Amino acid sequence: MSVVTRGPGPVSGAPAPSRWLRWSILCIIGTLFAVPIIAMVEFTLRRGLEGGYDFSRWMLVLTGSLGPEYRVLGQAIGNSLVLAAATVALMIVLLVPTMILVHLKLPRWRRVLEFVCLLPISIPAIVLVVGLAPVYGVIARAAGSGVWSLAFAYSVLVLPFAYRAVQSNLDAIDAQTLTEAARSLGASWPVVIARVLLPNLRTGLLAGAFISVAVVLGEFTIASLLNRQNLQTALVIVQKDDPFIAVIVALLSLLFAFLLLLVIGFIGRAGANRPRRTS
Amino acid sequence: MTTVEPRRPVRRGSTAARDESSASTAPSRRRAISPSWGVAPFALYVALFLALPTAIALGTGFVDGEGAFTFDNIAALGDPFVINGFTTSIVLSAVTALIGAVLGALVCYALIGTRPDGPLRSMIDAASGVLAQFGGVMLAFAFVATIGIQGLITVQLRDVFGIDIFADGVWLYEAPGLVLPYIYFQVPLMVIIFLPALEALKPQWAEAAATLGGTTATYWRRIALPVLAPSFLGSLLLLFANAFSSYATAAALTSQGQSIVPLQIRAALTSETLLGRENLAGALALGMIIVMAIAMSLYALLQRRAARWQR
Amino acid sequence: MNTTRTLAGVALVAATAMTLGACATDTAPEGGIDASTATSIADFGTFADLEAAAKAEGALNVIALPRDWANYGEILDLFIERYPEITVTEASPDASSAEEIQAAENLAGQDTAPDVFDLGLAVALSSTDYFAPYFVERWDDIPAALKDEDGLFWADYGGYMAIGYDPDAVPAPTSLQDLLGEEYRGKVAINGDPTQAGAAFAAVGMATVQNGGTLDDFQAGIDFFAELNAAGNFVKIDPTPATVASGETPVVFDWDYLNAGYAAELEGQRNWEVVVLPGTGYAGYYNQAINKDAPHPAAARLWMEFLYSPEVQNLWLKGGARPVLEASMVANGEIDEALYAALPEAPADTVVPSAEQSEAAATLLGEQWATAVQ
Repeated sequence: MSVVTRGPGPVSGAPAPSRWLRWSILCIIGTLFAVPIIAMVEFTLRRGLEGGYDFSRWMLVLTGSLGPEYRVLGQAIGNSLVLAAATVALMIVLLVPTMILVHLKLPRWRRVLEFVCLLPISIPAIVLVVGLAPVYGVIARAAGSGVWSLAFAYSVLVLPFAYRAVQSNLDAIDAQTLTEAARSLGASWPVVIARVLLPNLRTGLLAGAFISVAVVLGEFTIASLLNRQNLQTALVIVQKDDPFIAVIVALLSLLFAFLLLLVIGFIGRAGANRPRRTS
Repeated sequence: MTTVEPRRPVRRGSTAARDESSASTAPSRRRAISPSWGVAPFALYVALFLALPTAIALGTGFVDGEGAFTFDNIAALGDPFVINGFTTSIVLSAVTALIGAVLGALVCYALIGTRPDGPLRSMIDAASGVLAQFGGVMLAFAFVATIGIQGLITVQLRDVFGIDIFADGVWLYEAPGLVLPYIYFQVPLMVIIFLPALEALKPQWAEAAATLGGTTATYWRRIALPVLAPSFLGSLLLLFANAFSSYATAAALTSQGQSIVPLQIRAALTSETLLGRENLAGALALGMIIVMAIAMSLYALLQRRAARWQR
Repeated sequence: MNTTRTLAGVALVAATAMTLGACATDTAPEGGIDASTATSIADFGTFADLEAAAKAEGALNVIALPRDWANYGEILDLFIERYPEITVTEASPDASSAEEIQAAENLAGQDTAPDVFDLGLAVALSSTDYFAPYFVERWDDIPAALKDEDGLFWADYGGYMAIGYDPDAVPAPTSLQDLLGEEYRGKVAINGDPTQAGAAFAAVGMATVQNGGTLDDFQAGIDFFAELNAAGNFVKIDPTPATVASGETPVVFDWDYLNAGYAAELEGQRNWEVVVLPGTGYAGYYNQAINKDAPHPAAARLWMEFLYSPEVQNLWLKGGARPVLEASMVANGEIDEALYAALPEAPADTVVPSAEQSEAAATLLGEQWATAVQ
């Protein structure tokens, strides 16, 4: 008769699926998604004309015995990491306060904000670049053409995803009541945002940060069209030498992104485990 | 406890004088500075990096090669080839968005009850983040290696099971072949953006439903689904937009013809043989924005109906 | 609340400052020589002066030079090794010729703009406004038909349209009609879409002349590919080293030097043979040009002189392409005999489309191609 959760601690208040249902869904979908990756790995293991498989290429890459043409990768990875950090910072500093403000104080602007945040994804990057090029011309003359300035364009690109992630969370928590409670207890606005709302938005912010990092690491078009070097453009250059090594490097960059996101998630959740004063 | 009643409304000029408070808590009172100023930084940023480039890009659709104003490019949108492109794009995006949303929601459902900081959840979050943006040449090659003519699965199916998936022609390198790669990044994207929405389901509702004698099915049908509907629809819209404007994977996988609009835009901008059609790209982009605006209005309509179930 | 006001104010001031800063131009040429107007080495003095000016600039931006395209990898590495003071930035190796010009336009005035171009003929002819005139030292050795008389662009290397194939997967094609056979089911690819890519355009051109047509009317070529598609032999994916290595595209229509590049790259992984069909051969040259607004004009000109030295022309030959200084190098004995002999045999007749023929063909393809290969 009881529908209360059976699992260990609910992620939400909904009744959890039974163990076998959970694992069958995850295993089936997981396998389907693993297959293309496995096919890529199989391709890299091929030994060539003799047939069979070996790890020689993986050894080559992992021991760093690649030629000088691969030096561009190291620099590119650094660039991408800087861009990822800058983009997440911009997102948190610019987007989140605006969303909170609109949600709490300017509800009539919600549709406008939603449209604005959905616009970047409606326009393919190759068209957006036609318009971004003059803006970046101005920026280049004012602040140089370092790769960090791409963060402005990237923050625009992640707007749709970050908005949806944070908005889902905002809708879920009762932000109005929380704010009123905090304000009535004498909190100033920065305190309200920093110590009341943001901790409750942790899931949404983390999801937004995740997708921002993923977008930045996977972005190719704008960097390529503005002739800047990031991870994906470097991969394309590297691809031209040896297709097998290229696939290995692509797989390693996926792994790198995966580990980076794991670390970010860990840091984000470590904060959640500190004892909080609950409402 | 989920609510706290304010003991008494705080008035302006309270003893705890702060110099940063903007508006008072009582909603009817507004100070001289309206909260609209708070959106100014964001508005400026968006104006510089989104509105302005969009306007410039769309503006190219209204001029011809020499810069004179013309409607020719817009008129070219009526070309059957272009209409075909839009139809294919819309259908492809809608199908992959729907499948992606459903499968993604299923994965989110499977994650209910797991510890938020447990290993399973962390790994799935990270994997979704990575795969959601995995696209372009590498994704195309992954699918070539999997279900291409000489792909791993194709060969296995042919040799072991005797099934030839390409018996009626190779569909992988045309528009239908894009469905699978698109789903490959739609599902992880859905998982990422929809999981926070599950926070909305309060335990009290499940308990209340149980107390009132409801089954799990009723809970889902009458409480959880209506509450989750707005976020689900929002995510669906995002998935649609994501598929609609993505072109790197399509460019790598389908080399002949431009079956979807982003490929037509790219052909107009970068063709080596048919020169001088760059301005058509602006017109096509305008068409894409119009389609997105229509999709957004549909979404707003659905939202309004879904909102009836809330509160 | 004052902070939002201040924030808004600061933002507005910043925006204004940036706009005003952009209006201030700083195009004073340093030193005595203005490299961006130099039209030959003589304007610099000696070759050593050119080298010094280029080293002073310290950087070179190249675009659309894949490392496996006619051995550009080795050429780039040689330049980097010889001039370590010059940092070479390779951008967008997959860019088409049109995208190169677009990059120049998008990045005009920035220091990431491309300095030099390597373009197909059609794009070169229509983009002369972007080029700065320059006459390399061996200008007179370039055949007259392969250069612009005002020095705006000039050919660098060329080749014949050829068919590369995996001998373990398919039998050797001896004529175009062979490709319609059963053994080639789902195996034949061309390098792009002819309405977009120069190499694919050339493939249709080659099919035209091999199928009994002339360059005035590409219909014969379009008909051949329609037949190929109907037979189920046409694979509509862009061949890349990866697809060739994985066996997805065992037969590829591409320039002979690009096919030779696949063979070199996949040594030991896959066997790859290149054949130029006998009879009439379809040839094409690519062209070099210098960006008028090159951020590093001296380095750009040094790159050109570098490319037109016998050493580097032989490197192009090593990549399987025919360097434009071929005739004079053979006469002077500068050509690498072994590499020259290794080139696929040239067919009896060679045809190269003129500008008018190219334009007419492009229009025809624009109308017919999509429906032909549906």
